[in-house]
Amino acid sequence: MKKVFGRPESMSDKANMYCPGCGHGLAHRLTAEAIDALGLKDRCMGVASVGCSVFADDYFDFDFIQAAHGRAPAVATGMKRSKPGTIVFTHQGDGDLASIGAAEMIHSANRGEKITVIFVNNAIYGMTGGQMAPTTLCGMRTSTCQLGRDPEVAGHPIRVCELLKDLEGVAYLERVAVNTPAHMNKAKKALRKAFEVQDKGLGFSLVEIISQCPTGWGQLPKDSVGWIEENMIPYFPLGVYKDVTA
Amino acid sequence: MPEIKVDVERCKGCELCIINCPKEILRFSEEFNEKGYHYPECFEPESCTGCAICAQMCPEVAIEVYK
Amino acid sequence: MPEERVLMKGNEAIGEAAIRAGCCFYAGYPITPQNELTEYMSYHMPEAGRAFVQSESEVAAINMVYGAAATGVRAMTSSSGPGISLKQEGISYMCGAELPCFFANIVRGGPGLGNIAPAQSDYFQATRGGGHGDYRTIVLAPSTVQELFDLTILGFELADKYLNPAMILGDGILGQMREPLVLRDPIDYDPSFKNDWALGNSAGRSKHVITSVRLAPGTLEKHNMKLFKKYKEIEEKEQRYELTDVDDADVVIIAYGTSARVAKSAAAMARESGDIRLGVIRLITLWPFPKDIVREYAEKGKKLLVVEMSLGQMREDVLLATCGATDVSLLAHTGGGLPTEEEVLDTARKVMKSDGPVEVYPEGAE
Repeated sequence: MKKVFGRPESMSDKANMYCPGCGHGLAHRLTAEAIDALGLKDRCMGVASVGCSVFADDYFDFDFIQAAHGRAPAVATGMKRSKPGTIVFTHQGDGDLASIGAAEMIHSANRGEKITVIFVNNAIYGMTGGQMAPTTLCGMRTSTCQLGRDPEVAGHPIRVCELLKDLEGVAYLERVAVNTPAHMNKAKKALRKAFEVQDKGLGFSLVEIISQCPTGWGQLPKDSVGWIEENMIPYFPLGVYKDVTA
Repeated sequence: MPEIKVDVERCKGCELCIINCPKEILRFSEEFNEKGYHYPECFEPESCTGCAICAQMCPEVAIEVYK
Repeated sequence: MPEERVLMKGNEAIGEAAIRAGCCFYAGYPITPQNELTEYMSYHMPEAGRAFVQSESEVAAINMVYGAAATGVRAMTSSSGPGISLKQEGISYMCGAELPCFFANIVRGGPGLGNIAPAQSDYFQATRGGGHGDYRTIVLAPSTVQELFDLTILGFELADKYLNPAMILGDGILGQMREPLVLRDPIDYDPSFKNDWALGNSAGRSKHVITSVRLAPGTLEKHNMKLFKKYKEIEEKEQRYELTDVDDADVVIIAYGTSARVAKSAAAMARESGDIRLGVIRLITLWPFPKDIVREYAEKGKKLLVVEMSLGQMREDVLLATCGATDVSLLAHTGGGLPTEEEVLDTARKVMKSDGPVEVYPEGAE
């Protein structure tokens, strides 16, 4: 009997502190699988951000830095420009990337920084207790829009892939999800592709991972995955938004 | 014959493995782990195909699959 | 080897010094009156094979420096007033994570957008933190273009020695003026002494993590005490100042930067006029504050006159250091106003004659 599925080498064996059913753990494992598949572990440096995944460094077995809220792409820029032979990725949530980090997101993409941004979009602020995020859906209730997001007051949810796709420096953009096995397979391939694009020096890559936040959404994990299908994916369509290798 | 091994102490009872098993042969155990979560058990191991979907859907990397 | 002597602008001198000190990464954003430094780096860093980024903001710049420094290279940024305010979180992060970096604040009038004239009103921000948490930044105060050059190199060295950010607190005049400058040979900088913590290729070793978050009970307090001991060592070992004619002085002026230049001119004029003897303690480090020398002259009974382009920020440190041992007077300017030699002399004469401290402020709007 042979082990056909287990913990990737690039993952540490530390138990994570995410809620039951949270997509961050899945995103981490897929990231580690992509890094292992491409043999990048020794050259890899990760940038943890601020949010539920602030301790992402605990879950990987290579060098890591923890960045200020929103600034991970800038930190990654400093790292990659100083050590061009390395592989640098950030792991960010929707508040970190698209709210406080919007400028860093746009400009690292625009400069074509050879980094990979792993963007976990669960449409809510988890760590701080469930506030509205830039990607919270209209009508969705959070602790700072208790009657449901009102676009008159808060604008509409931001679609990051659509926003970045026309920037010259962007080499690869794909939106995936982790709510079903079929989506997971695509997500795994997308992450691998993003790291390949970085390794080839083609430019900026970003994988947006639509993920569940059962606690923030007030749902059981088994219901949250269906909610993604019915509510998130129609607004945030999955697919490749840019691929310079295609 | 393929089989899964569950690291029960890592399980948080999210149920994603159970609902995604194509053979529907996983269920919550009556037992629970130190954190107080019920964890999955395979009640028909002879039907396991080693597809590893349960392991893939587990956010804790708590399931290993052997073939 | 003959000295390489040039005429250079202050802002550019900082850039040239940084490159010679082995700076491998610069990120900055345009803001007057330091733009010549960013511009100099934009051309000369790539020419020297080093990295330059014009960042999208000052916030982004300090965070790029954080990332670069984490990989072990010498990294720097620069800005003025509003931009330095934006960097405060990043500076706090670097102190908490124990990373070296160098940055220059070419101070302009504030608060708010203020003006682009020289000022010394970022003293509190520089020496008290500006950012959050129990930390300190090493603050160096040049008063000539030569010192802008020399203290840049010293800043990188102190940052590396103590694994902490170090900065130059310049001002708009120093940044803009041209003076003769003796260049030092480039250093062959070898960052391998950072190998046991710097990020990079982790083959054959356990992983390195750079972070400033410590949530487990007691761990942050313990870490901050480690920083505290470091700061105590810096206070003991790194105070720097220059004395001019203090021993027979009737009044000792305490000043730094451009104010110190004016003070020294006033002191020379006083020696000529003969009615008053002035001495100058020119502060070269602002943090650590040269409290030992200031207290020494206070305890000798010297009347002290602080001359600064702020409303008494540095004077508070003099008061703290002297603890009432002597009168501490103040000649203040603000919002880009500059003291003149005549003003300094006039104020010093008042100080000499009066019982108790004298405070001279600029005319205010009624």
